[in-house]
Amino acid sequence: MLSFFKKPLIRGGVHAEEHKAATATQAIVYNLPLPKKLYIPLQQHVGKPAEPLIRVGDKVLKGQLLAYSQGVISAPVHAPSSGIILDVNDYPAPHPSALPIRMIVLETDGKDKWIPTEVPIDPFRLEPEDISLRVGAAGIVGLGGATFPTAVKLNMGRDNHVDTLIINGSECEPYLSCDDRLMQERAGEIIDGVRLMLHGMRTENAVVAIEDNKPHAFLAMHTAALPFPTIQVIQIPTRYPMGWDRQLIRYVTGKEVPVGCRSSEIGVTIHNVGTAHAVHKAIRHGQPLLSRIITVAGAAVKHPMNIEVPLGTLISELFNFCEVNTETTARIVMGGPMMGESLPHSGLPTVKATSGILALTASELKNTEEQPCIRCAACVSVCPAGLRPLDMANNIRVNQLDAAVDIGLKDCISCGCCSYICPSNIPLVQYFKYASGEVMARQQAQHKAEQNKRLMDARNARMERIAQQQLEEEQARLAAKAERERLKAAEQEVVA
Amino acid sequence: MITHLKPASGAHVGAKASVSFIMWQVMLALLPATVFGIWCFGWPALNLFVITVSSAVLFEVICIRMAGRVAKPVIMDGSAMLTGWLLAMTLPPWSPWWIGVTGSGLAIILGKQVYGGLGQNLFNPAMLARVALLISFPIEMTTWANVSPLFSSQSPGIADSWRITFMGLDNIDAVTGATTLGYIKTEFSQNHLLADILKDYSGFLNFIGWTRGSLGETSTLLLALGGVWLIRQGIIQWYIPISLLFTVTGLASIFHMVDSQHYISPMIHLNSGAMMCVAFFIATDYVTSPNTPTGQLVFGVGCGLLIFVIRTWGAYPEGAGFAVLLMNAATPLIDHYIRPRIYGRDRKGRPLEIPKP
Ligand code: SF4
Ligand code: SF4
Repeated sequence: MLSFFKKPLIRGGVHAEEHKAATATQAIVYNLPLPKKLYIPLQQHVGKPAEPLIRVGDKVLKGQLLAYSQGVISAPVHAPSSGIILDVNDYPAPHPSALPIRMIVLETDGKDKWIPTEVPIDPFRLEPEDISLRVGAAGIVGLGGATFPTAVKLNMGRDNHVDTLIINGSECEPYLSCDDRLMQERAGEIIDGVRLMLHGMRTENAVVAIEDNKPHAFLAMHTAALPFPTIQVIQIPTRYPMGWDRQLIRYVTGKEVPVGCRSSEIGVTIHNVGTAHAVHKAIRHGQPLLSRIITVAGAAVKHPMNIEVPLGTLISELFNFCEVNTETTARIVMGGPMMGESLPHSGLPTVKATSGILALTASELKNTEEQPCIRCAACVSVCPAGLRPLDMANNIRVNQLDAAVDIGLKDCISCGCCSYICPSNIPLVQYFKYASGEVMARQQAQHKAEQNKRLMDARNARMERIAQQQLEEEQARLAAKAERERLKAAEQEVVA
Repeated sequence: MITHLKPASGAHVGAKASVSFIMWQVMLALLPATVFGIWCFGWPALNLFVITVSSAVLFEVICIRMAGRVAKPVIMDGSAMLTGWLLAMTLPPWSPWWIGVTGSGLAIILGKQVYGGLGQNLFNPAMLARVALLISFPIEMTTWANVSPLFSSQSPGIADSWRITFMGLDNIDAVTGATTLGYIKTEFSQNHLLADILKDYSGFLNFIGWTRGSLGETSTLLLALGGVWLIRQGIIQWYIPISLLFTVTGLASIFHMVDSQHYISPMIHLNSGAMMCVAFFIATDYVTSPNTPTGQLVFGVGCGLLIFVIRTWGAYPEGAGFAVLLMNAATPLIDHYIRPRIYGRDRKGRPLEIPKP
């Protein structure tokens, strides 16, 4: 009865059809033929792009640093295989716009020869700061899709004396099962990564949260964590978007992260299981982040699978390997079907953020016949952030963006629940992304206008001052002249 | 401006329920009570039903054509049909054809299209039409046919039914009477006591719907079943029906306990008039009810309160229509003040404080 009055720990969310079985039941595939060319973007993370330190024509070894991180929030990029640098130039980005961004093109030589690596004998003897340094140098970023540099997060955790590390194994997006498989097959390594992170943050406790639709992963992780009493593995309800960090934090700790704060400020840090695994590889084996596990799925894929892919592999290569039927592919999506973004074609590279590539057929897609909003309020009840999508959409439709911001546009996490549920097929998330972009652009324009105005004002003031000065000088001159004339007249009078 | 033509962001997959699916589910839930009503009141009721529903659809087509749009996809969403259907349910079963047509016209044109069509209206179209009809044509709207099931001897044949629908009734007193609520109201006005008034009242017959009343509103049982099924299907939420019925029951119980000779029991309240139809099908209309669970609870309580007040002290025996319209008018206000709390903010929209460790 008491629990009835407690604040609800999960809000909103939807139960989407999972479509995970096809990939979650088979082992990760490791034998993707090494692509001839890799297209490695310099920005695969939140923050500043990395700066290349190789030149066209250079020979590089696998794991060699290609571009170093610039500034506090940034991450370096390494060579996923050995070969020759063909080009450093702008190529289409894996983004709906496919606008060109800077990439390094690497022609692989097929030898896959490693650069000599150096590993510490006992990483737990390292200073925590040293762990962060190594994680940062390995180019590790949040592999759940947020791609925030992991080292920065470790540092923030340490500085804020975080008491709980949450490891996000919820993988709530439909179709995706790369984390599920990783947990089933590499539980020991992930747990080791968790311990290293705990050490790196000087934090005591870790909670690994896994949705209860992954019993095998839970069992594997639970077993692997048994020897370490500070690491707790728990099951959480299956409900999209359980993997939203703030939802998960509230569910696990009961704490709510205030708007505008980082979770570490309330004593919690959250990392993805894939990130923990990458940390293990970086610290124990000295291997930077060169590849990741990607789920290739969708009804147009003949052999859906989880596969280890070197970063920079073109999606078309994956499609060839998995035998995707390009005729029936109605949409290519990078990421999951709820939050992922559609790509215009498959000639784009995979990056650190790519958790899945979906080739969806028309029958899997949401109906696009838009109808008027019937105010069914389904979008309100599924919104995990507590927003009113229908009202925001109404405001945006009549171009009242400020009103939309007032009722919470900036708190929207683009989770897609509202678009998913809307019976009128209104592209709500599209509205919100458009409006956010527009608001940002307007703010920038206003900022610029203000700056221009300030410059103008300063110039006007200067001109005025000069004019004033000239005027004063002129007056002084006139006064002096008058004075002189008066004196002269007086003199003449005296003479006369 | 923002279209699906280049759907860049999610969700790429979607739930199956579409607008027309929802409308059809509601009609399916209405079906048992409607069929039962038509069976109880015979061919004239069927005539009225068909006339009302088809004229509602026709008016919708005309409106959309006049706006220069293609009518077919709009009709296919089923909303006009549902409006006509709900209106027909609330009309006296042997009403003449023009009541149905006028009602549909009011509902579709004044109740919906002048606001800009589906989703834009402030008032529930069916209730708006019903109340307008009741005020304009009080005689026709309170002429209640006796229960005369199809194929029984009292039931008018097909030819007679056409005459009733298109030319009106000639032997009104022989085949009509008062509804339970109307009867109680008249008797109260002659200072009779409840015990005497209700000598012949059968709770059971009223429960299954064997009583005078609107075409589809008589069967408490079938309407409640339909409503509960809709809740289980996830088409409507329980907040409005339950809070509405709860409020009426609570108020009626208190007054009935205090003075059982002048205040009818909660059972009779729940069992008569438009109560079930309104609670499950009218008040839960998406467009004209609040968006949040709390708002819906407030709305339901408000409706229940008003229904009880109008029934008990008002001039009309049945207050459901007025109650719903009044609460419809309050809906924007409710939605303005009762909003969900945004994650990480307090109720006023300010960021939460960082908890001190
Ligand atoms: S889910 Fe769609 S139709 Fe329903 S209220 Fe929200 S925007 Fe309107
Ligand atoms: S996309 Fe935004 S508005 Fe829609 S449900 Fe998610 S947080 Fe709410």
